Amino acid sequence: MSLREQFIVPKRYNKTAIGLMAVGLLAIIALYVTHGSKNDPHEQARFWAALLHNSVYFLLVVNAAMFFICATTLAWAGWPLSFRRVMEAISTAVPVIGVICAIILFTICFGSNHELYHWADSKLVQTDKVLQWKEGFLNKGFFAGWTIFTIVSWSLLGWKMRKLSRSLDEKPVGSIEEGRKYIWKNTVWAALFIVVFALTVMSSIPWLWLMSIDAHWFSTMYSWYTFASTFVAGIALITLFVVFLKNNDYLELTNQEHLHDLGKFMFAFSIFWTYLWFSQFMLIWYSNQPEETIYFIKRIGNSAYTAPYKGIFWLMFLINFLAPLLILMTRGAKRNYTTITFMSLLILFGHWLDVYQMVFPGPSPDHVPMLLYDFAVGLGFVGLIMFVTGRALSKAPLLARNHPFVKESVIHHT
Amino acid sequence: MAIKKFITGNFTDEAVLFPAVKKVRRAGYKIHEVFTPFPIHGLDKAMGLRDTSLHTAGFIYGITGTATAVGFITWALTIDWQLNFGGKPFFSLPAWIPITFELTVLFASVGMVLTFCYLCQMAPFVKKDHFNLRSTDDLFVIALECTDKTNESEVMIFLQSIGAKEVQVQYKETGWWLGRYDKDRKRFEKKTETVH
Repeated sequence: MSLREQFIVPKRYNKTAIGLMAVGLLAIIALYVTHGSKNDPHEQARFWAALLHNSVYFLLVVNAAMFFICATTLAWAGWPLSFRRVMEAISTAVPVIGVICAIILFTICFGSNHELYHWADSKLVQTDKVLQWKEGFLNKGFFAGWTIFTIVSWSLLGWKMRKLSRSLDEKPVGSIEEGRKYIWKNTVWAALFIVVFALTVMSSIPWLWLMSIDAHWFSTMYSWYTFASTFVAGIALITLFVVFLKNNDYLELTNQEHLHDLGKFMFAFSIFWTYLWFSQFMLIWYSNQPEETIYFIKRIGNSAYTAPYKGIFWLMFLINFLAPLLILMTRGAKRNYTTITFMSLLILFGHWLDVYQMVFPGPSPDHVPMLLYDFAVGLGFVGLIMFVTGRALSKAPLLARNHPFVKESVIHHT
Repeated sequence: MAIKKFITGNFTDEAVLFPAVKKVRRAGYKIHEVFTPFPIHGLDKAMGLRDTSLHTAGFIYGITGTATAVGFITWALTIDWQLNFGGKPFFSLPAWIPITFELTVLFASVGMVLTFCYLCQMAPFVKKDHFNLRSTDDLFVIALECTDKTNESEVMIFLQSIGAKEVQVQYKETGWWLGRYDKDRKRFEKKTETVH
């Protein structure tokens, strides 16, 4: 059997990607004209919140692809190898979106508008006891330093992992001893990435980037929750690219068995996400402390006046929990390309909405801003991911054919 | 319970067993069962078994658990014995989710284990006949059920031709019985003809 290892980017694909990016750019310009350029800090904050929401969400989603590579490498899993290059290609978007995200974060943090990050307002902090307590963590210096460290280390470690994978294309491992060494080297670098990932996405970064919008509020589960949200969306993105390549007659060695496992991940982590959301919610609901419940009043409170985000919340709950639970439960659904594609799109949108309701009640507490703008900005980021991933896919063979575990993936059976 | 006549073929290699199973089915013989020392991926497909419906049963048990938990707690805390917990409404679903979840898991898991045991006819003191004790060690055994029309010598030659190392005619109990093996020695002393 001859394999089509070299991906050639279809013209229509690039046109779509560039078209989506243009839509995103237009939306950003339109938002700037209608909101960002106004003198009112509230209006400006709405513009920046749209950028923050989309850039952080899509950065975490593409980075989840590298996390998935590293987690499976650490577990010495063989089955994802037949489509490993797809995940590697997605993770090449990390530096690109990382730079965009850093620019946006620094502008919000160091700009004169403190509507989003109240803690960045030094005058306000002097009169605010809670923010003074938090100052050791929530200060501009740490924010900037940790943000740079995070994005640079994700990019570098991701680059290293991709380089390790590519290094075998030209010269295969000569002996079992060499193969063992290669696997061990991979494991060490993957472990390093996981440690950095644990210190950033799984603990501090969502606190800094997203939770600090509600500067007074705090939740230790918040980062885990954000991680679960973006990880399941990341799996959905990987699945979409795998299905796209399958539809274009690439990835001959990836089949329903691999799709089934990706579906299992989507199913399991959708439930994991719900579990984390509920764990965070129930403790706060039960203890009923005003400084903690304030966060949920805007999102799922009883009255429509105090809880403008209620509709979005329940829609998201339906998409992110009930739909995967009921639709992805059966074996047949996880092995069906149509169902899986539909669910991937739904999950990506659902978690986008999830991050939306994490960000926007801060800058816009009394009404939900026009969602279409944000959606168009999001499409821009989707276009960017498509473009970068397509380029990266066409630069390397689609199969890491010399990896010692690749046979395990070819004969994978669930 | 009925004692029936079987022809068993013993295979020593998994790689021979797979094509053999397919050939037996293609030749039109009815496979009673294949015994292997360890689970073999894909053998169920090769044998043409349908997908198990154990997971459907599991779903039904789970739903039953959810309904039981929600139903009972609702009745207890809103109708039978209303209690005020920190000013929360009597019907406060979030507080009940953990128990609902636990009961769902409990019902689903216990129900599925019991169903699995039932489907496999496994229970304390329930005993079944073995076709070959070495099938728990290193032998793969295909058992074909004989009917009145079965031409035994033809089947045995066929089994040998597709790689069976040993072919036997055996009379075996198809059902189960309650008891202990050491008191049922006689069941192991039934007539067995070996063809080399």
